[in-house]
Amino acid sequence: MFVIGERINGMFTAIGDAILAKDPQPIRAMAEQQIAAGANALDINVGTRVPKAERPAVMKWLVENTREVTDICLAIDTPNLEVMRVGLEAACSKGRPGMINSTTGQADKLSAFMKLAKEFQARIIGLSIDENGVASTADAKVEIGMRVLAAAMEVGIATDEVYLDPITLPLNCAQDAPGIMLETIRQFKLLSDPAPHVVIGLSNLSQGATERGLINRAFLVMAIQAGLDASIHDPLDEELMNAMITAELLLNKMIYSDSYLKAYRQR
Amino acid sequence: MSILDDAKEKWTGTINEVTIGATKQDGGTRTSVVTVGGAGALPFMNFEGPTPRAPVVAMEIWDREPDDWAQPLVDAFGPVLKSPADWARKCVEEFGAEMLCLKLAGTHPDFGDATPAQAAEVVKSVLKAVGVPLIIWGCDHDEKDNEVLPRCSQAAAGERCLLGAVKEDNYKTLVASCLADGHTILGLSPIDINIAKQINILVSEMGLPLNRIVMYPTTGALGYGIEYAHSIQERGRLAALSGDKIMSLPVLCMVGSEAWRTKEAKASQQENPAWGDEKTRGIYWEIGTASTFLQAGSDILVMRHPAAVAAIRKTISELMVK
Repeated sequence: MFVIGERINGMFTAIGDAILAKDPQPIRAMAEQQIAAGANALDINVGTRVPKAERPAVMKWLVENTREVTDICLAIDTPNLEVMRVGLEAACSKGRPGMINSTTGQADKLSAFMKLAKEFQARIIGLSIDENGVASTADAKVEIGMRVLAAAMEVGIATDEVYLDPITLPLNCAQDAPGIMLETIRQFKLLSDPAPHVVIGLSNLSQGATERGLINRAFLVMAIQAGLDASIHDPLDEELMNAMITAELLLNKMIYSDSYLKAYRQR
Repeated sequence: MSILDDAKEKWTGTINEVTIGATKQDGGTRTSVVTVGGAGALPFMNFEGPTPRAPVVAMEIWDREPDDWAQPLVDAFGPVLKSPADWARKCVEEFGAEMLCLKLAGTHPDFGDATPAQAAEVVKSVLKAVGVPLIIWGCDHDEKDNEVLPRCSQAAAGERCLLGAVKEDNYKTLVASCLADGHTILGLSPIDINIAKQINILVSEMGLPLNRIVMYPTTGALGYGIEYAHSIQERGRLAALSGDKIMSLPVLCMVGSEAWRTKEAKASQQENPAWGDEKTRGIYWEIGTASTFLQAGSDILVMRHPAAVAAIRKTISELMVK
């Protein structure tokens, strides 16, 4: 699993406060903690407390401070093209890996973000959203997924650099959504050879629910079985990570050893 | 896009490089060192990824004169079998050995029961006699090895030997010695990939980095489980190349001792006329076993007969041609 740590996000109080106070220490510490816990990439999101006009500069500051402590892939989390470019410039400097999180399937947006992905040799997440909003059925999601892959191929991005996201909706407002997601994940994996990656923003699933950890954990295991190979979640949730590692082990994606949980974290 | 899709495998992992032997510059007295590992693809598949370092043959020598070796082996070495230092010298000077594997067979309680001090003297004499790096192997008796090997480790401090072998239930003493004296370690697992991985975790948890561990997943000779040993080794290598860092370690095979244990290698022509001349049969058995394990990705082959060693070194040099 490609784990994208979600914790450097201005929506979290401590990070939001650090952004406003221009204090880099909590940002760097959070990057290090997530990596130690098994994150393969880190999501970077300025949040909503920063005025729109300042967001490009804040994104640059966040990425540069994260880059002080790590060379791993940074996922620039913004729907705004300008903020994305600034983020990628900082993330991908010196040939280090970056990721676009994310583009929707709207034609104009798709083409602009794909060009950016090509320019920075960045991975790219394509959401199951288009001009009609969030696609609600598996068929509609897959159709957008096809469009995303076609746009990638058009600019010369390999399909295995693309991460399709079926969009996670909160369980307590759309209880049929998880089942539709699982079906979508299965179909995404059949769209091309090599198959695209499939990613979800896991935490949104349990938004506003009780037993958040348990819900996230159970669904992540189910989604991995369906073909999910990347997830944006909290790597500091040890139980979640243990469930994920064990699911992969049960699917024979790694060699068992008595200390397999430790082995995974030593990677 | 071409008509046929490219079927090459893309690997994400690389095997760790492990260096055995330390020159004066690095605090030892070796005149040469051996570095194995570094592979980024299945062996010799240069079109998929590099096999940057050739597998190495280590010639096996003992601390006592072997009493159960087949005649062709005894004939190949002659009187030097009585002296580990002379034996070592002959391997290096006459047969061009790049590395030696000193087996302390004579320390086994049932086969000589040599003391730790005696074993350490043998280690010193071999290190003095030759400049190539050394593998120091116990007698496969856990309690005795735990007494003998730390003394030998001390005697060879700074030489960056490969010490072995540790097991899942007996590793702490020897790992501590390796850490103290700057050696590398050999982890033994009984043809069991899960235990192989577990040993690597246990050893690295004690503070020995993964670039100082070599795996020994045990070896089956031709006709005696070679397919099973090969497939275990290959499975480990595939996992490593797919990114499993805990499995990304070089692998050693005990080819000589396994091949020469078989009746096909040892039996005389008189006993089995149809099997042909025993002077060459065992050598072929050893070559057949070794060449199979080269294909599984073995990095160090411990071998016995000089003719088999020469043949395999020739094979390796031919396989390494890009």
